[in-house]
Amino acid sequence: MASVPIHYYLFFCSVLFCIGVLGVLIKRNVLIILMSIELMINSINLLLAAFSAYTNDPAGQIFVFFIMVVAAAEVAIGLAIVVLIYRTTHSLDIDVLNKLKW
Amino acid sequence: MFTEYIFFFLSVLALYSAVMVLASKKPIHSVLFLTLTFFAIAGHYVLLNAQFLAVVHVIVYAGAIMVLFLFTVMLLNLNNDERSPKPVWAKTMVSIASGMLLLVLIGIFRTYDIKSAADPTLTQIGLVKNLGQILFHEFLLPFEISSVLFLTAMVGAVLLGKKEQI
Amino acid sequence: MDIILLLIPIFPLLGFLILGLGLRAIPRKLTAIIGPGMILLSFIFSIFIFLNFHYFAISPVRYFFSWISLPGLNIPFAFLVDPLSCLMLLIVTGVGFIIHFYSVGYMKEDPGFNRFFAYMNLFVFSMLLLVLGANYPIMFIGWEGVGLCSYLLIGFWFKNHDYNNAAKKAFIMNRIGDLGFLLGMFMLFTTFNSLGYAEIFAHAKWMASGNITLTTITLLLFVGAVGKSAQIPLYTWLPDAMAGPTPVSALIHAATMVTAGVYMIARSGILYVLSPVTMTIIGLTGLATALFAAVIAIFQNDIKKVLAYSTISQLGYMFLGLSVGAFTGAMFHLTTHAFFKALLFLGAGSVIHALGGEQDIRKMGGLMNKLPKTWFTFLIGTIAIAGIPPLSGFFSKDEILSAVFRSSEWLWVFAVAGSMMTAFYMFRLLFLTFFNRFRGTDEQHNHLHESPWVMTIPLMLLAMLAFFGGFINLPEIFGGNGGLENFLAPVFADANAVMAKQPPLSHATEWTLMGTTLLLVLAMAALAWYRFVRSGRDVVSEVNKQPALIRIAANKFYIDEAYETIIQKPLLRLSRFLHQVVEIRFIDRIVDGVGLLVIRTGNTVRYIQSGNVGFYMFIMIIGIILVLFFNILI
Repeated sequence: MASVPIHYYLFFCSVLFCIGVLGVLIKRNVLIILMSIELMINSINLLLAAFSAYTNDPAGQIFVFFIMVVAAAEVAIGLAIVVLIYRTTHSLDIDVLNKLKW
Repeated sequence: MFTEYIFFFLSVLALYSAVMVLASKKPIHSVLFLTLTFFAIAGHYVLLNAQFLAVVHVIVYAGAIMVLFLFTVMLLNLNNDERSPKPVWAKTMVSIASGMLLLVLIGIFRTYDIKSAADPTLTQIGLVKNLGQILFHEFLLPFEISSVLFLTAMVGAVLLGKKEQI
Repeated sequence: MDIILLLIPIFPLLGFLILGLGLRAIPRKLTAIIGPGMILLSFIFSIFIFLNFHYFAISPVRYFFSWISLPGLNIPFAFLVDPLSCLMLLIVTGVGFIIHFYSVGYMKEDPGFNRFFAYMNLFVFSMLLLVLGANYPIMFIGWEGVGLCSYLLIGFWFKNHDYNNAAKKAFIMNRIGDLGFLLGMFMLFTTFNSLGYAEIFAHAKWMASGNITLTTITLLLFVGAVGKSAQIPLYTWLPDAMAGPTPVSALIHAATMVTAGVYMIARSGILYVLSPVTMTIIGLTGLATALFAAVIAIFQNDIKKVLAYSTISQLGYMFLGLSVGAFTGAMFHLTTHAFFKALLFLGAGSVIHALGGEQDIRKMGGLMNKLPKTWFTFLIGTIAIAGIPPLSGFFSKDEILSAVFRSSEWLWVFAVAGSMMTAFYMFRLLFLTFFNRFRGTDEQHNHLHESPWVMTIPLMLLAMLAFFGGFINLPEIFGGNGGLENFLAPVFADANAVMAKQPPLSHATEWTLMGTTLLLVLAMAALAWYRFVRSGRDVVSEVNKQPALIRIAANKFYIDEAYETIIQKPLLRLSRFLHQVVEIRFIDRIVDGVGLLVIRTGNTVRYIQSGNVGFYMFIMIIGIILVLFFNILI
């Protein structure tokens, strides 16, 4: 069974990552932004796993595993913050969050 | 050839649903498309013979995280996405920015060449047994510490989610 | 033996540390023991060193540790024990102890009692370093240390602004001299590649006389001596330095510190005899200072100022002696001067103490009966300084005078003129203070009292020294065998070998010179008697009614004013120019400009910081893109 070249994975993951970036920038809903971040994390995960498989090095997959752990924790906290934001501002619009200035 | 077809199918599926995550008007649709993306990526893991990752991925992302998102959407009762979308010039600008990022990334990876590439379909490292061996030998301490991280996240989430002021 | 030697300066340092760090915590009675006690210990050890002097004859340089060690520069911390430093050791610790003892009584009421003794101990420590050091850098430490202590003690009553100014004046004038000393030291190093006395003198011995390098070095070192020993033109600080407490004037500004210059030149004698030009300059400076200060002293009305100018004048004599190669004579005069000038200052302190701070001799008089011990010891001091045998001043001054006569008759004439003036102003001081009737207020009159025993005992001790001090170096014609001369001979052997030998004076000439001098001195004393006691005009007439020349002299020849016009005012004007034009117009504007630039840039750029999270993320992505882009380029 012939395998696909590693470049395929590289390009696919780049596109997926850029979609995530676009989502972060273009959307105003905090929830969607969080989802876009998940997209980016997934693209990185996939790339790590691909490299791990292509170089026959298990460390990459272990890393993916740990990234998943962190991502799960991050989502839990992130969503809690989203709920909190909604409770205080009654909105999920990030343009409402404009207090970070002088 | 067969692997390539599957790869292209999964990639197109993943990209399509990723775009749809952004394109959907309702958050609930976005969440569902995101789940679809995750499943496609799980397929990629299987293709790489990373069975353990595939399983964990489905459990963590498609299972846990998606449920969290769904619950949040339901809790906050979000029906409409955006009351006022960003202005067109802003959208153009960020699109250009992301496009440039893509260009740069592709520019970097274009010349990349991997040395002594092993056949990904024949490697056995992704199997649960092998990974488990490594995880509990070399990475035991980080593994244990990650449990502390989870505990922290749990406490934090509960604390943040509480109604009363702390 | 080395330990004992090291302990001599350690004791005063210890005293300084204890008193300085403990300031308030230490009760006065303890201070009164520690302060003088430490000096007494040093004195005892010094005597011990002196008695075991033969021990150091073979290797006089005692090495303790390596102090500065660099490639090409190696300065050990070492002491030199030879007759010269031994003599200075005894003077510093001996006279130092007596004055410390006296201070216990004199400073009894002062709130800064502990501080005073801390400074005094530090001074003695520095002075000991100065005289004991086996190389120029150690001497320089002591040199600077005594300057610092002088500053601290002149400004001891720092609440008085004038006293502070006097302290600053002393310090700054000393700095001018110190700069010369420092430059001289640099030149010594570049010339001899060493700073130790032994190495330098061993090399210098073989150099040609009149060598231009040696002349420059000796001149620079002499500048240091001029500053420290208050010679023309840097002498004006010493009269002002009388602002300090009287024991300070006695110890620092009469007995020890101001003689450091004489010691330094005597120490470097071999360098000086090899540079005749410098010797001539020293001689002229010394003579001019001796005469000039004596003239001013005649017209001073402040008891301490008279003594201050007298000190300057006597220092001039010492330099005059050095310049004709009479190193022993200069050191002899230094020793006796330390005795009788300390005595006179302490006596003056006793008088001031009795009068409750009055220093103007026009308001004294008739103290003979009220202060008998002070009067008697003061009389001995006066006779000693005037040069009447058999008191010490006569012998030491005579030795310098005969050396001067051997060098040049004209110099001798001027020197004798100075000696006559010395006699006149000292007897004037004595008569105005102790004779006739009291001219002060009634209240002062009622409070007149003899000083307590802690103050009179030092006076008596010093009076004994002033009386008998001359016998350590009796001239040949009095049947002496030149004790000090023989003792110091090894130190000045090289220098004396280089000096052109003049034939010794015949005994007849010597008797004539001595007789002439003595006669003139006695005549001046008699004149003073007639002028201030017999004629009954006991109040000094108003300065303004005097002839112009005297008026000028009474105003110290307007030297201070001249310095102010020549140096101070142009400097001030230059500073003002630098401040108002360079500082304000240029430097300030540049500095302000930097600040303004930052403020204005900040005011503009801060609008980027909108607080909008989305915008921040956008900027972040742009940054990442740029980083990656440059990554490609590289």
